[in-house]
Amino acid sequence: MSNYALVFIIILYLMVLFYVAFLAEKNNRSKWVNNPYIYALSLAVYCSAWTYYGSVGIAANSGVDFLPIYLGPVIAAPLWIIVLRKIIRISSQHKISSIADFISLRYGNNRFIGALVTVVCLFGTLPYISLQLKAVSETFEIVTDDTSYVATSVWDHTTFYVALVLAIFAAFFGTQNTDASEKHKGIVTTIAFESILKLVFFLVIGVYVTFYLFDGTSDIYERISITDNFKELTTLGGIEDGFNWLLMIALSFFSIFLLPRQFQVAVLENNREKHLKKAIWLFPLYLLLFNFFVIFIAWGGTITFGSAENAEYFTLLLPLQNGNTFLATLVFLGGFSAVMSMVIVSTLALSTMVSNNLIIPYGFLDYFIKNQPERNSKFIKNIRRVSIFIIIISAYFFYKSFSREMSLYSIGLISFVIIAQLAPSFFIGLFWNRGSSKATIIGLIVGLLLAFYTLVLPFVLQAYTGTDDFIQHGFAGIEALKPHALFGIDFLSPPAHAFFWSLSFNLLCYLVFSLTSKGNYRERNYAEMFVDSNNFTNLQDNALVWKGEAYVADIKSVLVRFLGESRATRALRIFFNKYDLPQDTQLADARLINFSEKLLTGSIGSASAKILIASVVKEEQISLIEVLKILEESKENIVSNKVLLQKSKELSQLSSKLKDANQELLGKDKQKDEFLDTVAHELKTPITGIRAATELLMDEGDDMPKEVKEQFLKNIIQDSDRLGRMINNILDLEKLETGRLSLNLTKNDIQKTITRSITGLSQLAAKKEIQMISHNVHSFELEYDEDRVLQVFTNLISNALKFVEPKKGKIIVDFKMGNNELEISVSDNGKGIPTEDHDYIFDKFYQSKHQNTIKPQGSGLGLAITKQIVDKHRGKLWAVRNRKEGACLVFTLPFK
Amino acid sequence: MVDDEPNIVMSLEYAFKKQGFEVFIARDGGEALEIAKDKIPDLVLLDIMMPNVDGYQTLTEIRQTASLKETKVVFLTAKNKATDIEKGLKLGVDDYLTKPFSIKTIVSKVEELLA
Repeated sequence: MSNYALVFIIILYLMVLFYVAFLAEKNNRSKWVNNPYIYALSLAVYCSAWTYYGSVGIAANSGVDFLPIYLGPVIAAPLWIIVLRKIIRISSQHKISSIADFISLRYGNNRFIGALVTVVCLFGTLPYISLQLKAVSETFEIVTDDTSYVATSVWDHTTFYVALVLAIFAAFFGTQNTDASEKHKGIVTTIAFESILKLVFFLVIGVYVTFYLFDGTSDIYERISITDNFKELTTLGGIEDGFNWLLMIALSFFSIFLLPRQFQVAVLENNREKHLKKAIWLFPLYLLLFNFFVIFIAWGGTITFGSAENAEYFTLLLPLQNGNTFLATLVFLGGFSAVMSMVIVSTLALSTMVSNNLIIPYGFLDYFIKNQPERNSKFIKNIRRVSIFIIIISAYFFYKSFSREMSLYSIGLISFVIIAQLAPSFFIGLFWNRGSSKATIIGLIVGLLLAFYTLVLPFVLQAYTGTDDFIQHGFAGIEALKPHALFGIDFLSPPAHAFFWSLSFNLLCYLVFSLTSKGNYRERNYAEMFVDSNNFTNLQDNALVWKGEAYVADIKSVLVRFLGESRATRALRIFFNKYDLPQDTQLADARLINFSEKLLTGSIGSASAKILIASVVKEEQISLIEVLKILEESKENIVSNKVLLQKSKELSQLSSKLKDANQELLGKDKQKDEFLDTVAHELKTPITGIRAATELLMDEGDDMPKEVKEQFLKNIIQDSDRLGRMINNILDLEKLETGRLSLNLTKNDIQKTITRSITGLSQLAAKKEIQMISHNVHSFELEYDEDRVLQVFTNLISNALKFVEPKKGKIIVDFKMGNNELEISVSDNGKGIPTEDHDYIFDKFYQSKHQNTIKPQGSGLGLAITKQIVDKHRGKLWAVRNRKEGACLVFTLPFK
Repeated sequence: MVDDEPNIVMSLEYAFKKQGFEVFIARDGGEALEIAKDKIPDLVLLDIMMPNVDGYQTLTEIRQTASLKETKVVFLTAKNKATDIEKGLKLGVDDYLTKPFSIKTIVSKVEELLA
């Protein structure tokens, strides 16, 4: 097919990808986007063009040697439940944005280590990307010009354009958000989608080759077994091969954790720990499926073409040879998907590392601090886009200079070896708190140098000088320093050999320097946090040794900014009291720093709190991302706190209104004070409940099971209702006490009122199966305020309902007619009034300790209000003493 | 944690359990002392206004119990007048936190005290 047709197909495909990403971002809360299958499939970004094409190449040339790089991840998968989960927890606690961030944080938030790890990742990923470029350009050539494909083709225009397209796509796709610790659900979904595509297409070609071009697996097997070196290719060749395998497996085991793109999808993009459970078996299953047909395609190709040359592209050459362009295009798209996903995720991860750990800390700090947030975020995005561009273009130059002669497989292994240098500091640092930053740095540098010497230098020199003297004779002719056979170990393949030496020395340095040197307090604190991450939280920092200068006034101003004047003052007062310091202390010590950080943590989060306090304490520079985070977080906090602020504003307005009213009307100061105290205290209780539940829902809502969420929401409603009732009651009481309430006296039938209140409560009584009886009640007209007297009945009866037992409870309303007054009693067979409380039951806020329900439901003002109403009617209200069982409250209503 | 308000307790319990703490609950001072003497907690979050035995009595009793001498006690109460705070501090409370509160603040204070 023509160039243009294929380019057109590619563009169509890219548009589909964009659309998938767009859909995913739009529905980023839906189950389609947040499920374990997407997560597990995104891990398959591990399978790039290397897996897609390179494996077949190796299988054809060296038999089962293609397997080890998949055995590593398979062995690693079960360990994910422990190791990966720990990494994920730590990363989300500390808002880690990359593996460089992770390692740097472990060793005391060490900037240099962050930069060093970034450099290692850059060096490690560059060859990898260039092998993808190589694969795309070569397969592009094959599909568009199938009659004259030659392995050493010098077409590199295509590659350049491919590189350009990839760079533009990745740069745009990956940098929408400046907060690198945010999830990229769009990208992850796209990656998962591509994982499905590449698997499906590879399986299709596998089936095609095995069952269509040949007669099944046994047919291929028979026909290949008669070729020459068959035996050699399918068995392990003794101890040496065994060693190679072991090292390769170890290499891929490390890579599944350490490759920047794997860290990105496995750790940073994980949003549910329980997704790990599915990933543990889904991912190995994926690898198994993918690799199943590799050997058969390799054999099929060898049989068909007679040799294993160009074996990497058998998946394309075979269908093309049989005139099946459609299938070849599918295969191409599958390979292209593999390349796309690898490049997108890697460059995303790398650009984040470069901007966060390399450029910003060492470059533009001052510029940022002075600048505004919006412009800053634009600047960061541009830095990231530029870095993506530079990375991909550098990968292109790497390809142009070196990769043409090497196979996909060998280029990939160079990447693995370089990335593996992170292993000692990463893994040991997770479980051993003595691992120190110095050891990491030395180990990394030593390992890198060795890896370069044994793996990179040889082919670089060979490309430049055209001879392989270096490989054959070693450095300055010293035999023991032969790069592929250091100190005589010559039975390992170059990558295995490089891996062995570089990692051994790396590990050695790490262990030795960790045991002989101790990190500073800060570093050791972070080490503790990481190693013991289940019990620690990120608030554990102790500023024990701290050399800096800070003034209480400065710290106070920061506190005031977030806590308000009164809270800040009070907090400082408590602090000085606690440590027996004078209230006018000028200089702040480490304890005050700690204390203030903790105070602020509640409002703005611990990282930001630390930064802000640090900015006041002249100790160290802040990084731009941190400053920006504070601003972003504060903004969020303001918005989400608005509702609560509103509510508490309303309530405080209300309570101040109450205060004013009381002040005017009551002359009795002490009584007034006590009342207000009690009111405020009672109001605060439901408010506290509301605030706590709301905060939890806000912070932990995502992780809460549905029932728990509902319970908290119910609590909020319940407390809000309570608050409402309480306020109503308080207002009522006020009006009654101050005499502002005038009774609306009308002639009413008392029987009707009694009936009304009983009916009103009948549903509640029925629910608890409590009997309500009215005794001797007959019709009688007198003057009273119907609403208020109804309130009296309702209060007395509902009190009784609270105190009787369900099913056995009995409430009796009794009616006695005197000479000039009605006497009505409400009695029950419940718990009764405790003798010691008898004098207090009509007091404001009295609530019995013996209520049936555990939750205090009333406001404690019911009886007080009732008494007021009865008093106003010139009646009397009392409780009968010394009753045998239950309570009996009686009130009188006089009439003329 | 000791408080007779179940809604508040529910929220606090959730938050602390999420942070990995083992949490026991009491509704009043009496229950609190019983549980405390049995389980010897590292820290007691104590309300003041409770039925039967109030926070002050509970604190005094804890301070007089030998097995609980390492236990920290923190008041968590709506009483926030200066006199209240003084009274609490005089009785030997380790910290005095007021309602309404931010859960994050409480948790971080507790962790600070248990550091």
